[in-house]
Amino acid sequence: MLFGMNWNLDGGTWAFAWSILPMLLRGLLVTIQATVLGFVVAAILGLVLAALKGSRLRPVSWLARAVSEFIRDTPLLVQLFFLYYVLPDYGVVLPAFLTGALALGIQYSAYTSEVYRAGLESVLKGQIEAARALDLSPARIFAAIVLPQAIPRIIPALGNYLISIMKDVPVLSVVSVLELLNVAKIIGDRTFNYLVPLTMVGALYLILTLIASAGVRYLDARLPRQGLPLR
Amino acid sequence: MMEWLDYLPPLLKGAWVTAQLAVGSTVLGGLLAFAFGIGQVASRRALRAASKAIIEFFRGTSLLVQLFWLYFALPLLGQSLGVDLRLPPVAAGVLALSLNIGAYGAEVVRGALQAVPHEQREAAQALDFTPRQILWRISLPQAIPEMLPSFGNLAVQNLKDTALVSLVGLGDLALRAEQIRNITQDNTTVYTLLLLMYFGMALVVTLFMKLLERSTGRWRSGGA
Repeated sequence: MLFGMNWNLDGGTWAFAWSILPMLLRGLLVTIQATVLGFVVAAILGLVLAALKGSRLRPVSWLARAVSEFIRDTPLLVQLFFLYYVLPDYGVVLPAFLTGALALGIQYSAYTSEVYRAGLESVLKGQIEAARALDLSPARIFAAIVLPQAIPRIIPALGNYLISIMKDVPVLSVVSVLELLNVAKIIGDRTFNYLVPLTMVGALYLILTLIASAGVRYLDARLPRQGLPLR
Repeated sequence: MMEWLDYLPPLLKGAWVTAQLAVGSTVLGGLLAFAFGIGQVASRRALRAASKAIIEFFRGTSLLVQLFWLYFALPLLGQSLGVDLRLPPVAAGVLALSLNIGAYGAEVVRGALQAVPHEQREAAQALDFTPRQILWRISLPQAIPEMLPSFGNLAVQNLKDTALVSLVGLGDLALRAEQIRNITQDNTTVYTLLLLMYFGMALVVTLFMKLLERSTGRWRSGGA
């Protein structure tokens, strides 16, 4: 029994699979919540990191690059353990789910910061020089020239990281977050049948990522490559 | 009271396991990447479809799910088929890691092979090269230097992913740290050391890949 629901062990493989599907879907919901929250953190933190990396103050940009490199080069699992066990020692106690989403967000902020940077840098220098020659203010150049062209390049790349985050959510099971894989593992521990729940998790993941990557491809095709039209 | 220096011997023992795991799965994964990547540009349709399916499958499901499946579910499948498919943690780990790096690397290999100007293949065909000769003598030598930066990223990614194998009980760096932490409750020191050690190993991987890039740079077309 899990979440107050019972599994059917007597009716064969398909009956068992059918009976545990609602439990797995409960786990899937948690997986999606963690993905979304982790992505939001990564998107915001990445923007901050990108801004700091681009700072004119040498020590600031150097430090931001070093931090980003450190985050990128150390495992999510260890960062998660660090947050989960070390933060409480300093009086910061977060629920496992929030700690997990935070860890995902921090790990992926190192990647999203590069997405922003690459997107902004992909705008041709000549256009910025031309805008300057036309006496546009730096703020207006950024808002009217750089951003409309950078955004269509940034969004699909962020979408790909959203999918990566979703595939990393199972790591959160180590701090007892009841996401999809953890639910399947618990069902396996209690019924001694790991094959059916774990295979179902694989299938659910495959379906999700296929849908999500089709979505990213659709976005990529629909976003105007020349830049968003300005009103 | 243990001092942080006392943590080092067991951690280094774990680091050695992590290093072996990382190198083994990266090498095997690299070979798989070439197999699947070349398979994707093969002239036979069945080969292309099979490679594509394998790549999509391993890219589409989470690494940890695959690892758990290999470790917990595969033995049960074997049982129902009447074969012993129990894998020790290290085998399940190497298999899952290298299939993953293989699937991601295959896209890198395919991209680099397709980026070789097609005039070159046509010229080689006109000179009566066999398809095999074209692949080995014309396409791959020019494609490999293009692949290396991406392979460098994948190797670092793989090093980080080895930490997951501790979850099926392999005595790697992450597991050793977890054991020390359980005994000493010295969370900050243990995990700080752990982060630094992974970071150091990643720097070594990056440095090695940079050296490899430099030594294959001369294969580039137009390069001296």
